[in-house]
Amino acid sequence: MIEVKDLHKSFGDAHILKGITTSFAKGKTNLIIGQSGSGKTVFLKCLLGLFEYEKGSISYDGKIFSKLSPDEKRALRAEIGMVFQGSALFDSMTIAENVMFPLRMFTKQSKSEMEDRVNVVLNRVNLPDAHKKMPSEASGGMQKRVAIARAIVNRPKYLFCDEPNSGLDPKTAIVIDNLIQEITDEFDITTVINSHDMNSVMEIGEKIVFLKDGLKAWEGSNETIFRTDNEVVTDFVYSSNLFKKVRKMYLEERN
Amino acid sequence: MKPLILKDIDDLIIGSLGIVAFISFFVGGVVAIQTSLNMTSPLMPKYLVGFATRQSIILEFAPTFISIIMAGKVGSFITSSIGTMRVTEQIDALEVMGINAINYLVFPKFIALTLYPFVISIAMFLGVLGGLVACVYGGYGTLEDYLEGVRTDFIPFHFIYAFIKTFVFAFLLATIPSFYGYFMKGGALEVGKASTTSFVWTSVMIILVNFLLTSLLLG
Repeated sequence: MIEVKDLHKSFGDAHILKGITTSFAKGKTNLIIGQSGSGKTVFLKCLLGLFEYEKGSISYDGKIFSKLSPDEKRALRAEIGMVFQGSALFDSMTIAENVMFPLRMFTKQSKSEMEDRVNVVLNRVNLPDAHKKMPSEASGGMQKRVAIARAIVNRPKYLFCDEPNSGLDPKTAIVIDNLIQEITDEFDITTVINSHDMNSVMEIGEKIVFLKDGLKAWEGSNETIFRTDNEVVTDFVYSSNLFKKVRKMYLEERN
Repeated sequence: MKPLILKDIDDLIIGSLGIVAFISFFVGGVVAIQTSLNMTSPLMPKYLVGFATRQSIILEFAPTFISIIMAGKVGSFITSSIGTMRVTEQIDALEVMGINAINYLVFPKFIALTLYPFVISIAMFLGVLGGLVACVYGGYGTLEDYLEGVRTDFIPFHFIYAFIKTFVFAFLLATIPSFYGYFMKGGALEVGKASTTSFVWTSVMIILVNFLLTSLLLG
């Protein structure tokens, strides 16, 4: 579980995060949603330790990140997997080398052990024959799956995804959503996803944190988001006619 | 780390040999021809062509002007490759994994560029050879005169001076472009701008440091 208490982050005079308190449960897909500029990416980067924050705390299963020694931070980072918006695969490495990279950095496994593990995770993301390809030869969907494989290869306890569906067609986006959901259930990890995609919200949002202007405006799940009367949330989530109709149908069915 | 260092040696050192060899050989030839054409006085000894070519190549052309050319070739490569990694979040990916990105990306380049004096040695040799070929086969002087000029008043410290400069320029070539690549912000357009800025500042620093070292070591 990841717990966040009263998190504040500024850049110069711009106060981006204004005291966020929330938690992300283990074995669940937790979504952070909100408009552009609401502070989602900054929040995610604070969770990842890429940004230092002025006030508040973030704890990973009781371990407060800011109070950890450099060695403890390094050990914690080995338990974190991250899927970046643009996949962030290393251009100069093949797909297999990309996936093997965290094992090379964090484990003392033999080459054959690492290769076996790479085979397992590439099979898991349905890319059994992609080992020798370069990232530039892979499609957007394939690159995302390689990024997921790299993120889970070292058996992380926490998986972070920054807009995993951006730039993907709706069908591939669903495949990626389902893959993340399955991996979360299968490995019982704490997954935090930063997303704009309302399909993802409805499909895999077991917990949803809605940010607005650097504050947590709402918290719930893909079940409760249909019933909420919170105008800030409904304005954002049901801004499209399609989702307005879906919500109306859902509420009529419930009544 | 070893594979990264070997890859950077291949990219930065081996990959530069062709252009360095080409430029050195022909500039050496031009220096010899220009010197010969400007020696109008019959009182000037014929071996002066070889002497002037050697001095120009060893003291300035090979260490300094090849370094400015390398600021364009190697410096732009370093800035754009690290800058692209920044833009495409590959550096963030390293940091999330707890890897010291500066150590991972810059240190191998720094080690690779300690072999830079090897490139300059080749530039010196080919520059003097280019002068010889242009002088002898262009009909500007004899082989004996040129070789006598190359051997005349040879001061070993000039080589030491040239290689001290080379080591300092190698340091500048590794660090300034890495700085501009690592700390760049923005997108693809900014990668191009950062490469240009890094070339300009690396060249400026090479010229200034050249002046400083020459004043200190030969002045």
